[in-house]
This record gives sequence, C-alpha cells and structure tokens, in this order.
Amino acid sequence: MAETKKIATRVSYGETLVELGAEHDDFVVLDADLAASTQTGRFKDAYPDRFFDVGIAEQNLMSIAAGIAATGRVAFASSFAMFAAGRAYEQIRNSIGYPRLNVKIGASHAGLSVGEDGATHQCNEDIALMRSIPGMTVIVPCDDVEARAATRAAYEFDGPVYLRLARLATPVFNDPETYEFKLGKGIVMREGTDVTIVACGLMVQAALEAAEKLAEKGVSAEVINIHTVKPIDADLIARSAAKTGRVVTCEEHSVIGGLGSAVCDVLAERCPVPVRKVGVEDVYGVSGPALDLLHRYGLDAEGITSAVEGLLARD
Amino acid sequence: MTNDELRHVANEVRKGVVIGTHAAKSGHPGGSLSATDILTYLYFEEMNVRPEDPQWSGRDRFVLSKGHAAPALYSVLALRGFFPFEELETLRHIGSRLQGHPNMLDTPGVDMTTGSLGQGVSAAVGMALASKHWNEGWRTYCLLGDGELEEGQVWEAAMFAGNHGLDNLVVVVDHNGLQIDGTIEEVNSAMPIADKFAAFGFRVIELADGNDMAQIREAFTAARESTGAPVAIVAETVKGKGVSFMEGQVDWHGKGPDDDQFEQAMAELSREA
Repeated sequence: MAETKKIATRVSYGETLVELGAEHDDFVVLDADLAASTQTGRFKDAYPDRFFDVGIAEQNLMSIAAGIAATGRVAFASSFAMFAAGRAYEQIRNSIGYPRLNVKIGASHAGLSVGEDGATHQCNEDIALMRSIPGMTVIVPCDDVEARAATRAAYEFDGPVYLRLARLATPVFNDPETYEFKLGKGIVMREGTDVTIVACGLMVQAALEAAEKLAEKGVSAEVINIHTVKPIDADLIARSAAKTGRVVTCEEHSVIGGLGSAVCDVLAERCPVPVRKVGVEDVYGVSGPALDLLHRYGLDAEGITSAVEGLLARD
Repeated sequence: MTNDELRHVANEVRKGVVIGTHAAKSGHPGGSLSATDILTYLYFEEMNVRPEDPQWSGRDRFVLSKGHAAPALYSVLALRGFFPFEELETLRHIGSRLQGHPNMLDTPGVDMTTGSLGQGVSAAVGMALASKHWNEGWRTYCLLGDGELEEGQVWEAAMFAGNHGLDNLVVVVDHNGLQIDGTIEEVNSAMPIADKFAAFGFRVIELADGNDMAQIREAFTAARESTGAPVAIVAETVKGKGVSFMEGQVDWHGKGPDDDQFEQAMAELSREA
C-alpha cells in the first residue's frame, strides 16, 4: 500500500481561505496572534489588506467579527479552540449567535491532539459549548478533503458556523474526485449490520480501522461520519441504529456534551438502543506526543474495538 | 434642527422612557435618561439614516454598547419614525419587538445586538473597520456606560481602534457616575477616563454637560472634523436626568416607576414641554 498523505485540517482551512480569497472579495479574515498556527497566515500572505490581527484579545476578535458581519459581509475569525469557543464563548453566544451573524469561526488546535502544550490548550469541551448555542452550525471535518469542502460550505452558508480544526497532520482518506460535502448530512463510510460506529474528526479514520479489525473477528460494523455535529443527521443515525441495534460514538472531545451526547439525544427519542461513548472521560489532558496521548485516552482503533466488544458482550 | 427643537424632542424621548419602563414594570430608566440628549442629537441631527429603509447600506451605524439603555434608544427610534411610538408600551412584553436589551433582528433601526457589556464597542470597531475596508464612507457611533469601562474588552477594542486610526468611529462615554452597586468610585473606578482613551490613541473631547444640547452639538461637530484617530467624547451626565426623583439616584438604575411615580414623572415632563 502506498504511504498515505497526511495533512492537518488547519492547513486545509488556511489553503481554502486563500482560494476563496481569489474568488470573492466580500469577506475578511481575522486572527488573534496565532495566524502562523491556525494557518490564516496563508491568507495574510496572499491578501494582506484583507487580513486583520487583533492581537491576543479573543473577546475583541469575536465581537469585531460580529460588527463586520453586521454590515452584510462574511468574517472568518480564528484562534485555538480553547480561546475561541472557551474564552470568547459569551461573545459568540450574544454577539454572533443571537443576531445570527455571518461569522465563521475557524478554531484550530482542538482536542487532545494539540499534544505537548498540555491541558490548558487541549480543548475537549468546544463541541459541547458551541452545540448549546441556538442556531450555531458545528462542523468537525475528518480529513483534508472534507475540511476544504467544509470551509467552502461555511463561507456559502448564511449564518454562524463553528469549524473545528486539528493541529495534528492526519491521513487523507476521502477521494477528492468523488467526495461530496452536504451540510447536516452524515456519510456512511462503511455499511454493516452488528453495530453502528458514529464518529467525527480524526476519529473517523480510527473508526474505519476498528471496523476492519472487527470484520476479522466476524463483527460487521457500520461506520458513519458525522461531520456536521449540529444540525445533526438524526434520520441517518436513527435508521442505522434501528438496523444494528447498538451504537458506539467516537470523538476527540469530552464524553459530556459532544458528538456522543448529540447522538444519544437522537437515539433517546427516535431509537433507544445501548450506546458506548468513546471520548475523553471527565478529565483534563496531559502533555505528550499527540498519537501517544490519543492512545493513552483510548481514542484510537483499539479503544473503539474494545468499546464495541464491550457492547456486544452485554447481549 | 435648532437646539430648542432638539430639546423638545429629547423631552418627548424622556416621556417614552417613562412610558416604556412603567409598562414593563422594569428596565433601566436612570441610564436611559442620562443618555437621552445624546441619543436624540445623534438620530435627529448627526446621523444619516432612513427610517423608511432601516437596512439602507449607506447609513451611519449606531451601537448601544450600554444595551440596558434600550428604553431611550427605542423611544428615539420611534420618534424618528422607525416604528410607532405606541409600541413603547410593549417594552419587555412577550411577543414585543422591543426586547429588554436591543436585538438587531427584532427592532427596525437597531444596528447591533447588545446587552452584555463591553461587546458593543468591539462590534462598533468592526463596523468602522468594514466601512473603511470597503470604502463606504459611513460613520459609526457607539455609546458606552462609565461602569461598562470596567469590562476589559472595552480596552481591547480601544487599543485596536487607536492602532488602526479609525477616524470614522466616535465612542461616547455616558459618564453619569453611577452603577448598580454604587458610585463608580466606590465600585472600581475607571477614572481618569479621558486620559485612558487618550493613551489608547483616541482624540478625546470632554463634554462638560452631556445633557446640554448646545454643548452636545459642539462636541459632535468637533468629532466630525477630526481625522487620523478615533474620537472619544467623555460626556458628564446626570443619571435619571429630567425626572426629579430619579436624578442622581443609584436605585433608579434598574427598576420601572409604579403608577404614582409614572404620573409624577409624566407631569414633570409635560411641564418641561
């Protein structure tokens, strides 16, 4: 097998902003002194007049973006997930969400895979925070191909969007020739009959690996990629759960309030079946290399496989 | 309009504040009345707006960063023709377009959703930046409370506005000296206000009586002539201005008048007229 290309979704985001910049002049990009990391620096280099750095001031970042959007334009605002969704939560809620303004929040360095910077910078709560804001669209792309499409979709969508991006370079497994991004529509990556694995972000790749391993053991797993955590594709999830009778959710996020909770909300109403949530248990992260951390917290194919086996064992 | 005509309008605006907060049995009359004369001048003299086309893209923008002064903004907008004056009686009622704090999606003429202190001024900075970036020429005005200056975000916004020389932005501080827990000196003073804005790169205009129409006119005229830097007008005002029993009284920050108080306030304002 040829070596798989690895790209961080933040790079996909930065490069797509540059492409969009060539196509449209009705948007600007803002950052809060992290342009080199969030990859908005690429846009800054290409279009210096359309890029604004507010400095280390994330509250101001979000509210300035809101003011720009209030004039009928689009504003992309980027920082790390911790400081975008975390520090500026209330600005996003009151100045962007409530007036439904066209601000696109490109939040990089989400989750444990930030790695060595440790717990203060590993935001495992942003999906929960953003999902709770009425009208907020929350997208968690799983690879480069999806992240590029999601960035374009965010630009085109009328309303606030939270794009959750990763620091870690991860395998590109979607085919850009055939891939189609539909906001709010999940993607069945692999069909199966024994269990439904619902994943987002870098956990989609892990879920596919887990499904392979399970297949070797005679377990048929359906893998669903929920790139849009909100609005969630309830029909697809309920239909799959009705077929398989059990669900495992996988996310690089706290098990409280994230994809797992969103899926449980759907299933509780539409198709109550046993669920296991693979994610960060109610704890903070620690410093360490990203892949080692993901393994340590069970956020890999092994962790998913054992969750599925645990679920099957209770039958 | 002449200053006398503007004074007359301001008096009518005050009636609208009293009517609204009485009908709502809540709201913030004190900080609405302190800002009434400035708001009246802005909407009846200074700003280029079209009540018949509230979303006109070339309009000057106003952001009420001290969103709790919504009763005064609504009253001014109603008198300016954005919606019927009678609607002020629905303030804070279920189903009303007049929410407790301004929401741009609900109320014609409201340019930005505000209410959580410190955020509006950043939004105003964003608007001023957009007007410059897309070469549209319209100006942005923002009204801040003096207590609001305790929010750190105000200074994040000020730093950016100063550094970017946003001379199409005018920030007005309604310096009535009182906040919920007491005087601003007792709570956590942001004084000296003028020096702070100057340090952040603003041209500062000190408005000795922010309830005096002639002085308000002078301040905004000077602001309009200023180039190269954003302007901060620090306006000395009286909280509750125009209603004797509310003037300078901190406990009128956040409650509506009862029926007797309503009658008295309206009688005073009718004598004024």
